[in-house]
This record gives sequence, structure tokens and C-alpha cells, in this order.
Amino acid sequence: MTRACAWRSTLGGMNAIEARGLGKTYRDVHAVRDVDLTVRQGEIFALLGPNGAGKTTTVEILEGHRDRDSGDARVLGEDPGKAGRAWRSRLGIVLQTATDAAQLTVAETVRHVARYYPNPREVDDVLDACGLTEKAGSRVRQLSGGQRRRLDVALGIVGNPELIFLDEPTTGFDPEARRQFWVLIENLARGGTTILLTTHYLDEAEALAGRVAVIAHGEIVAEGPPATLGGRATAEATVGWTDENGRHTKHTATPTALINQLSAGGRELAELTVSRPTLEDIYLDLIGDRQ
Amino acid sequence: MTRTLTRPAPLPSPLRLGLARGGIELKQFFRQKEHVVFTFSMPAFLLVLLGSIFNDAFGNSGVTAGQVFTASMVGAGIVATSFVSMGIGVAVDREDGTLKRLRGTPMPAVSYFLGKIVLVAVSSVAEVILLLGVGMLLFDLSLPTELGRWLTFTWVFVLAVISCSLLGIAISALARSSQSAPAVTNIPYLGLQFISGVFINPITALPAAMVTVASFFPVKWISQGFRSVFLPDSMVVQEMAGSWEHGMTALVLTAWCVAGLALCLATFRWTNSRS
Repeated sequence: MTRACAWRSTLGGMNAIEARGLGKTYRDVHAVRDVDLTVRQGEIFALLGPNGAGKTTTVEILEGHRDRDSGDARVLGEDPGKAGRAWRSRLGIVLQTATDAAQLTVAETVRHVARYYPNPREVDDVLDACGLTEKAGSRVRQLSGGQRRRLDVALGIVGNPELIFLDEPTTGFDPEARRQFWVLIENLARGGTTILLTTHYLDEAEALAGRVAVIAHGEIVAEGPPATLGGRATAEATVGWTDENGRHTKHTATPTALINQLSAGGRELAELTVSRPTLEDIYLDLIGDRQ
Repeated sequence: MTRTLTRPAPLPSPLRLGLARGGIELKQFFRQKEHVVFTFSMPAFLLVLLGSIFNDAFGNSGVTAGQVFTASMVGAGIVATSFVSMGIGVAVDREDGTLKRLRGTPMPAVSYFLGKIVLVAVSSVAEVILLLGVGMLLFDLSLPTELGRWLTFTWVFVLAVISCSLLGIAISALARSSQSAPAVTNIPYLGLQFISGVFINPITALPAAMVTVASFFPVKWISQGFRSVFLPDSMVVQEMAGSWEHGMTALVLTAWCVAGLALCLATFRWTNSRS
């Protein structure tokens, strides 16, 4: 059986991205080392990591923008290093920092990029979904930071892609703009689009992603649903309560039993809290191990 | 938002996309004040000044300095709309994310360059019309009527625009950033205009060594070619060689087309960072 056939049989048409042992070295520095990544069709997958951890390099290899030094990658069933125009027409790439098309209007820009694709979405629908209908006639240079990012998303989705790469999409957004943006991404995913998101906002990953991978120093250090990442679900819980002697906190693997014992006979516990490590605690722990 | 799943439609043809790019390039060029003022209008502004300051006639030929400036400046003008415009434009495209975005779409590279060709062709024709308009209005330039002269105009124009566009794209790689691009393109452009008989007329007034240096570059030959189109043949005595040297003009410009293409292929980069 040839390598290509082996890939196809394991893919079974189910995974949008399948990468094994990706490696990239700049001079003597390993930017990415032995990265394995599987993103299923239709899921939102977040790649988390500090700046310089290898997020962008990994994504650029998968987008076909950067050569890899080692490993195998299949994106939508093709090798991103060799794939052609037809493959590109199935992808949407949302750039991290673009200031292009400054002199064009929003509608002109989206309409123009739509022409590159064989099956584009309706331009008006895209503007509407991205909240840009009112800005359709404005020059791109007049947009605010958040509007500019929404235009980048509009340009990333107008080609009706099966897979979207979003590189740090909400950097510089105010809280309300971020919420609106999340709704837009969730709607895209609900429509069947696969999304690979890189971010260093943990609340964003937790709100959007079905699964996350944490990358530090070029290596994947943990992978899984945000709720169970790094043993989060099974980690010891902290139970806190207040009584006549003041505030108490106790770490326990069995918080229910503890509360049952404390509240025996129907005693009410004042200011009762049960907390587990936040994603941030787990994340800092994970990347801290590697510093 | 639902993704519509349809049968794979054919990809748009590179030619169609190239023309669409051309339309977008033209819109962006003519909406950008810096381009319109410095690249497009500057040659006409200089022509008005130079032609008004030096308005003597050449001996008893009946040809005025303003007419000679007009003919030479048509050459310098299309170097601006090809070499300078490409040198700055491609550096800006590289820096502001245009090239990176295009590379992530199914638009082929050839369509990007087709778009640039459309931009250069249209803006260069507009530049010629503007400069000839200034020459006719202010300096009594009359357009030639012989077909032969318009044939000369056509091949000089085509070779000039191709060679200078390619050199502009090549020099954009040297510029490294959009801030340095105007300097990197304008310094050789300005220098060559001085030593190629554009600002100083007739060219025989220049030190022979300077003209020898200028003879290695396109500007001298382009301007000389347009003088042969728009000035009467009696003016040939004002040329360095005493002849219009059409053969040499074609040879030098063709050589620069080939060299420009080779430089483009060797230096073109999609982004500022190295991958």
C-alpha cells in the first residue's frame, strides 16, 4: 500500500487537518518540533500558546505559506506544500495584520475577492453576517480596528470555504466586539465550516473551541476539550465556606462527600464555593513546565 | 451562516482575474493622492516649469525648447508610471498584506502581474496624453501625421513600459519597505533624467562622459526615441550621435526587458520575512 493510500484510509474523509511530526527550524532554532495535530471536519479547534511558541509557524505550514522541514501534513486531503488553486479555493485564511485595499470601499473589496472563487457566497450576505452592511460604501482606510478585522473575516469566508484559518482574530477588540465576533464564528461552525483558531485569549478558546491544543517552545504539551485539558476535570477541587470561626478552604478529590459531611443535619454553609482550576491555571502550569 | 454545498464549479480563468485585478489596481492608483500627485502629475508639472523657463528656439529650425522638453518628458513620464509606480506599488503590496492575502486565495500569481500590466498600460497611456496635451497647449507642439512615426512611437512605448515595469518590480525587492521604496526608485530615476537629456536640452550640452553612463540605462533611449517621433528630422543634429539610432534604441531596451525579467525571477518575494 502506498503512503497516499494509507493516508486516505486513515482519513476516511473525516478529518479536515491531519499532521504528523511537523518540524521547522530557522537557523539553529526549532520553531516547531514534532507537532501532531488532528482537526475533525466541522469542529472549532484552538491552538493556544504564548507569543513565539510556534503557533503561527504551524498554521502557516498548514496554509501552504511555509515549507516544513519534516513530517507529513494533509489539509482537506492534500499536502499543503504541493496543493494547487482548486485546494486553495476550499480554504479561507484570515490574516493577522493586513492594511491592504485602503483606497477601496468595503463592498468593492469583498466583491473583488469573491471573484477569485468558483462558488462564492453572496456578497450582501457576507457583509450582513460580518456586521458590515452599514459600512459597505466606506473606504477601508476609514474603518476602526474591529471593523477592519471583520472585513478580514469577510474576505476569509466570501469564497465559501470548508476550512477557515483564524490567526489571533480578536486582538485589540473591545469586549462587546469580541462577543459579536464569537457569535459570527459559532454561526460559521454551525453551518458546517471547520475552524482552526490561534489565540492567546483563554476565555476565547474556552467559549468557542470544542478542542484545544497548547503549544509551547514549538511542541504540543497538551490537547483535549477545554473542560478536561491537562487533567482539569479530575484535579482536586477547592471547597470554601465561612462559619463562626471565619473563612475555611479545603482541597479535596471528593468535594461532594466533604460538603455532605459539613452540612450534616441540614446545616447551612455560608458563602459555600466549590472551584476547580481555571483554564488559565492549567495553561500557565503547562507552559510554565517548559520555560 | 450555512455553507452552500454545490458541485465543484470551474475556477475563474487567470485572464479574467487579471483583468479584474487591473480594474482594482487602477482604482487604487487614482484614489491615492501620493500616486496621483508625485508619480502621475510630477512630469507634467516639471514640463510646464522647464518649458516656460527655457523657451528659446533651436537656431532656425523653428523648434522651441518647450517642444523638445515635451518629447523627452513623454519618455520620462512613462518611466514614472512604469518603473517608479511598480517599484513603490509592489513594495507597498508586500508590506500591507496584499501579496500575502492573494497568496492565500486561488488567484494565480500570473493574474496579479496581469493586473499590474493593465495598471501600467492604462496609466502610461494617460500620462502620454497628459504630457502631449501640455505640449500642444503651452508649447505649440503638433502631433505627427505620418504612420511611420506612430509605429516608432508604439514600439518605443511598448519596450519602454515592459523593461521599466520589470525593473521596477525587481527594485521593489531592494527597497525592503514601503517607506524606503520612493527613495530607492526616485533617486536613480531623477539622476538618469539629468544625465539622459530630459532636463538638460539638447543632450549635446551635457558632458560626453555623463551621456556615456546614461547610455547604459533605458531613460536616454526612451526619450531619444520619442524625440524622433515628435520632433522634425532636422533636429537630429542635436543628438549625440547625429542620428536617431533606432536600431540601438531597440537593442538596449530589449536587453533591459530580458535583464529585468531575469532580475524579477531572481528577486521576487511574496513577503518581507524570509520563509
